[in-house]
Amino acid sequence: MNLISQDVYDDTLSPPRLVAGRIVDDGRIVFPLPDNVSGEEVERIHLKREGKLWAYTVQRFPPGPPFVGVRDAAEFKPFAVGYVELENEIIVESHIVIDDFSQLSVGMPMILTTTIIPGGDGREDTQMFAFKPAGPENK
Amino acid sequence: MTNVHIIGAGIHPFGRHDASGLDQGVFAARQALADANVEWGDIQCAFGGSHAAGNADAMLPRLGLNGTQFINVFNGCATGGSALLSAYWAIKSGEFETALVVGFDKHPRGAFAANPKNYGLPDWYAESGMMLTTQFFGMKIRRYMDQFGISEQTLAKVAHKAFENGAKTDHAWRRTPVDLETISNSQMVSDPLRKFMFCSPGEGGVALVLSSDKKLKQLGGKGVQILGAAVRTRPKGSFEVFAPSLSVERGGSATALASKAAFEMAGLGPEDIDVAQLQDTESGAEIMHMAENGFCADGEQEQMIADGETRLGGMLPINTDGGCIACGEPIGASGMRQIFENVVQLRGSASNRQVEGARLGYSQVYGAPGISAACILGG
Repeated sequence: MNLISQDVYDDTLSPPRLVAGRIVDDGRIVFPLPDNVSGEEVERIHLKREGKLWAYTVQRFPPGPPFVGVRDAAEFKPFAVGYVELENEIIVESHIVIDDFSQLSVGMPMILTTTIIPGGDGREDTQMFAFKPAGPENK
Repeated sequence: MTNVHIIGAGIHPFGRHDASGLDQGVFAARQALADANVEWGDIQCAFGGSHAAGNADAMLPRLGLNGTQFINVFNGCATGGSALLSAYWAIKSGEFETALVVGFDKHPRGAFAANPKNYGLPDWYAESGMMLTTQFFGMKIRRYMDQFGISEQTLAKVAHKAFENGAKTDHAWRRTPVDLETISNSQMVSDPLRKFMFCSPGEGGVALVLSSDKKLKQLGGKGVQILGAAVRTRPKGSFEVFAPSLSVERGGSATALASKAAFEMAGLGPEDIDVAQLQDTESGAEIMHMAENGFCADGEQEQMIADGETRLGGMLPINTDGGCIACGEPIGASGMRQIFENVVQLRGSASNRQVEGARLGYSQVYGAPGISAACILGG
């Protein structure tokens, strides 16, 4: 399995958190953490684990290359993606883990998790950060 | 300072063709020159581009190798708009009396493929299946619908109008009306957007001949004047394609900036416009662009569209040639097609899709990674 880089999803922490950058000059938070080559001073920070769904859609057709998952239309399983607002920090785009897409709604509470993108055409599975509904049963 | 006029316009029909993108560009260029009643030798400078069909100056051996200055323009989805603006400045500056602008393209079927590195993004963003323009359009309109009370039926109505207008347009790709029920039941692509609500990458070519006041007078012809034109990029806090994250401090949009600049330049306001061509990558984009370009407040689209105000015969007909939804989106030619359609409308030669008494036309093209071009023409 291909694991997510610890510069994106830091699972050395318990519980794991997303990694972002804070621009030292103006305090702005950026995600993902930029490669620090442009001379701008960036501090490595961790983002909140919980937020609210800000926008969403469902990917109904298989994306083409370089998508690592199933690209065959017959075998492809749709997945949800969305933006999750982490209060006072940043709005992050992410896979959304949910069984019933009709339950998605703007403003619903979300919590950080991971998902597995099943590999297509003999490719390995890929782990990806994701958010899921933060109902009491999911905490 | 001189005014800048469009004195000739040519188009290669949009759709899918055997001809190369370049051939379609040459076809449009020749038609525009003939329309202006000038020869290639009369053109003092040229600007052209395509996104995926090669260098525009490759048409030089076909047009004639006479040493004319030809500048290739490549500026993503605003390639056509940027070429037009370059020609506009060239004439406005007084350096040139005539210019040719050409935009053409030819894309393979399916959603546009993008390389994350070209956008300064990490590989995992595309590899995980999040770097798709279709997702962005779905998410942006989903949020907008929730915020401002736009219904799914309204999304279908916009597509319905596009096919209705496309059926009346020689240069359109989709020439058959599609009923509301078929649109509303078509395959879901990126919720809430369905197959018939999206435009497809396609092919086509458009060319325009521009002139100064002096040249216009010499030719004794009538032109359509460029009253305002602007290209703007995304401001802080805007919501654009290919964004792994957004700022919690929300801001404006590239479109709102370009629109404001073009209106200011023209000394006009949205209420003055008789006919508008707005970027309709999908139904939702047309709805949101109505507000971003200042033609209504957020949420007013629901009633305006229900009342048929954006159809032919309405208060503000939008995308009178069927827009991207009926014409497809050959990136380098798409914004130029909007201008071509406005030229046709302002000349009063749009036959059964003519907007009665159209005097002022507005066009706006939008694309990755958050770039917008607006243009106002006066007849």
